[in-house]
Amino acid sequence: MSEFCHRQAAHCESGVVSAMLSHHGLPISEPMAFGLASALSFAYLPFVKIGGMPLIAYRMPPRWIIRKASKRLGVRFASKTFRNQKRGMAALDRLLDEGRVVGLQTSVFWLPYFPDEMRFHFNAHNLLVYGREGDDYLISDPVFEAPVRCPAADLQRARFAKGALAAKGLLYYPVHVPQEIDYASKVPAAIRLNEKIMAHAPFRVLGVRGIRYLADNLIRTSRRRDARKRLPLYLAHIVRMQEEIGTGGAGFRFLYASFLQESAEKLDSQALADAATALTAAGDRWREFALAAARVSRKRSDMNIETLADLLRDCSAREAEVWAQLRQWLDSDEVKGNAD
Amino acid sequence: MQRREVPQDAERSTYGGHRKLVYAVDDAGHYTGVQSQGWEAESEATRLAIEEFETLRDEAWLRAHNGLTSPLEVHMYDRRMDVPLLAGASGIWRWRVRRHFDPSRFARLPRRILQRYAEALGLDVATLTRLPARRSRDL
Repeated sequence: MSEFCHRQAAHCESGVVSAMLSHHGLPISEPMAFGLASALSFAYLPFVKIGGMPLIAYRMPPRWIIRKASKRLGVRFASKTFRNQKRGMAALDRLLDEGRVVGLQTSVFWLPYFPDEMRFHFNAHNLLVYGREGDDYLISDPVFEAPVRCPAADLQRARFAKGALAAKGLLYYPVHVPQEIDYASKVPAAIRLNEKIMAHAPFRVLGVRGIRYLADNLIRTSRRRDARKRLPLYLAHIVRMQEEIGTGGAGFRFLYASFLQESAEKLDSQALADAATALTAAGDRWREFALAAARVSRKRSDMNIETLADLLRDCSAREAEVWAQLRQWLDSDEVKGNAD
Repeated sequence: MQRREVPQDAERSTYGGHRKLVYAVDDAGHYTGVQSQGWEAESEATRLAIEEFETLRDEAWLRAHNGLTSPLEVHMYDRRMDVPLLAGASGIWRWRVRRHFDPSRFARLPRRILQRYAEALGLDVATLTRLPARRSRDL
């Protein structure tokens, strides 16, 4: 097996999949891994609380990318969780001694190489371990520029942190990796599933409707009696969910647009290229919203909440349009012959 | 987002000198990965979240100092946790965690319970049961 090569990614899970498969002889970009996993979504989940605020997700839940990408590509992963922490560490050591690159699910908070300001309790971070030196593990953390190191005790704590989305020491590595991807059938299948998720979700808090729901909720929050205290925190919370929590910005919209563009080139499709451009424009609106929301939150702007909510509604409308375009492409003759 | 629009607000960045990868389009409309040093909108939101924990911690510190809460609450906020998070991380029900904010109850806790809190918070039991020194700037 060749020397492991670190590559930086915008998102941990798609980054791990991309690095791992590329290492095993199936070169695949991060956006392609994200897109083929149909990982773009929107969900406003009021009953899941984070610091008393609703969970707002811009992608499918943790482990989705690994599961879906491997299923779609025919990759098989071996994975294991542990009750006993010592055994979990010993199993990792054994795999490393065999020369494997091992994926881990960890907490963010207990990884000492994270800058202090980025350390929050999120238990579903993904990283790769590619070796050991003394007491240190050699780690390729996809969201970092360069490989990092982590002492054994800290890594153990990060792997076995309890609570929501607890990793329970989860480790995984591929046991079978195909050597090529049939883009002509996989891309439409991936987009078809994602179109269902975004445009035909069964609840109004999901998909493009969910974005409108968030806009309405923003207005409701601004009318609460405790709005003076809660609204700034709520706005900051939305911005953090969108920009900070494991993403390369704009709630993964640019990542998916990049996937659409790469697919357009692979399949020589103008329709996909147009959809990529339209989704990029939607992503730009998300960024605009984040900037405005952050300023209102810090009272550095007197933009009213109605205008902020309208920005979100515009994001929703733009994304609905993108998925309508993609639906058309899926139903066109260009795709028909290549059903998966 | 255009390549040249990728924010580079290093000044008040929350990346601690690191750079994050984002995807942006170049002049020809092609997506590439571009490193960003930080973005005002994101760092402000992150800071607000951190400051909120610091405020809660400082308030709890004062209450603990006046015997109105236990050191547990101070340590909890200091580790950027709230009650649901600490309950999850320690495996102790929320209502019990809240009861353990009562200083006299907390003082009577058996070692095995303290051990679970200590583990969840990454502290040793001795540190857990002590009120930490004041750390905030404006207390």
